[in-house]
Amino acid sequence: MQWEVVIGLEIHAQLATKSKIFSGSSTAFGAEPNTQANEVDLGLPGVLPVMNKQALNMAIKFGTAINAEIGKRSVFDRKNYFYPDLPKGYQTTQLALPIVGLGSVDIELKDGRTKTIGVTRAHLEEDAGKSLHEDFSGATGIDLNRAGTPLIEIVSEPDMRSTEEAVAYMRKIHSIVTYIGICDGNMQEGSFRCDANVSMRPKGQEEFGTRTELKNINSFRFVERAINVEIERQIDILESGGTVVQETRLYDSNKNETRSMRSKEDAMDYRYFPDPDLLPIVVTDDEIEAIRKTLPELPDAKKVRFMSEYKLNAEDAGNLTASLELANYFETVTKEIDDSKLAANWIMGELTARLNKENLTVKSLPVSASQFAGLLARIKDNTISGKIAKDVFDTMWNEGSEADSIIESKGLKQINDTGALEAMVDKVIADNPNQVEQFKAGKEKLMGFFVGQIMKQTQGKANPGQINQLLKKKLGSS
Amino acid sequence: MDKKTVEQIAHLARLDINEKDIPEYVTNLTNILALVEQMNTVATDSVEPMAHPTDAVQRLREDIVTATNQRERFQAVAPQVEKGLYLVPQVIE
Repeated sequence: MQWEVVIGLEIHAQLATKSKIFSGSSTAFGAEPNTQANEVDLGLPGVLPVMNKQALNMAIKFGTAINAEIGKRSVFDRKNYFYPDLPKGYQTTQLALPIVGLGSVDIELKDGRTKTIGVTRAHLEEDAGKSLHEDFSGATGIDLNRAGTPLIEIVSEPDMRSTEEAVAYMRKIHSIVTYIGICDGNMQEGSFRCDANVSMRPKGQEEFGTRTELKNINSFRFVERAINVEIERQIDILESGGTVVQETRLYDSNKNETRSMRSKEDAMDYRYFPDPDLLPIVVTDDEIEAIRKTLPELPDAKKVRFMSEYKLNAEDAGNLTASLELANYFETVTKEIDDSKLAANWIMGELTARLNKENLTVKSLPVSASQFAGLLARIKDNTISGKIAKDVFDTMWNEGSEADSIIESKGLKQINDTGALEAMVDKVIADNPNQVEQFKAGKEKLMGFFVGQIMKQTQGKANPGQINQLLKKKLGSS
Repeated sequence: MDKKTVEQIAHLARLDINEKDIPEYVTNLTNILALVEQMNTVATDSVEPMAHPTDAVQRLREDIVTATNQRERFQAVAPQVEKGLYLVPQVIE
């Protein structure tokens, strides 16, 4: 039987406010445990939460970025459950009247298709603290610095039909929240994380199958792997005649498997009710429009502009605009060297590969845009070959110096002098009569041998285009 | 409303209730639910639900860090702390 997967994602994005959603505690990452948790965050009796205006504005900004309805009157509810990382005994969240209602985003797929994914809602809520299970025997350590950090939970419609679509959607939401500056998007630090609802149905069937919810997914790679292993698990069950149980499953990235956390029977009864400590949040059309006006150029619009302004294809433009920092870097480099294709190739090739290898983002890039442009300018004016440029880039990365001074001090200038190159070509022909004979007899592969000999002599500095031309001329005509 | 439901509610709210009080809770809660049932029969289609008894709107605060680190004070009243963490009986995920 042919199966079709149905996926919906719930993405939690931490809002980049300075203080918490209901208290004046700092939200800075990495502080000593419990030094940023005050009476409100600890849930001490008699405290009163007061809503952070910036958190509200950021949520509204997200809503305007995805063309969603904004809840002009939204209400906070209490979601009751007992877990030590939430000492109040409830999470303050929004159920019936969220700040952001129905909206949508477009995702681009590898085959060139664009698909619209519905966003059911996005609501404001507080994050919980952190439990540390490993360090204490028989006890769990609780750090409440994160408790009360503002989040928006972005809930998609069950619109995705493949892992590729799910990853593309997660990436698009990541781009949007970082472009509009409401979330730092740092997945290692947990600022952006997601749960996935996954179910299978026979292809062509209208009705959804039973879904499971996968928790604890904190990278794009893991969302792909977690959903894939869950698809396989569900198909195995269904094809052997079993039924999928509705449950919450935890993705274990070390074992690359999902395992049951709690079944529907153990599902919590959260007993939601409106939080009596917080009054309804009311926003006016004018306030919404004022926030909408602060929206920057969004990823989709930037992609279209990159395609027309820099003559890039959709894939290149999409890759370069996925991150605002990368897009800005590209634009700075391109303007300095006036060659968008060269800039795009190098940024998506060498630069991105190096970033990935060292697990860095553009923010922490050791080579500035103008330094990088300096390197590309020397490729463009034939001072160095692309191959040598890779070595220069490596040195720039490690030492932070300018391309020109590296080229100068290491003597890496490309040899473009036709006279000098011709002498080398003559010598290589004279020194290797056997190879010349074989080449003339039809073994054209040997061209690489001749070029290689000259590159070896010049440590790669000979202009490869010119050598090829000269060799062809000499070997063909003599 | 029966004994099992009362026990379930008590568990969810982490209330340590006395076995002998359960019949009384059953009676009281049943009466309250009967009142809710009665209220449910009132036609409220034209009434906008309120989230709060007053008609007031939430005041907002500026996004400024005002709290200072008072960990020592807070942890002085905690049953058990170590390395700056609050310790609780082991929670198994």
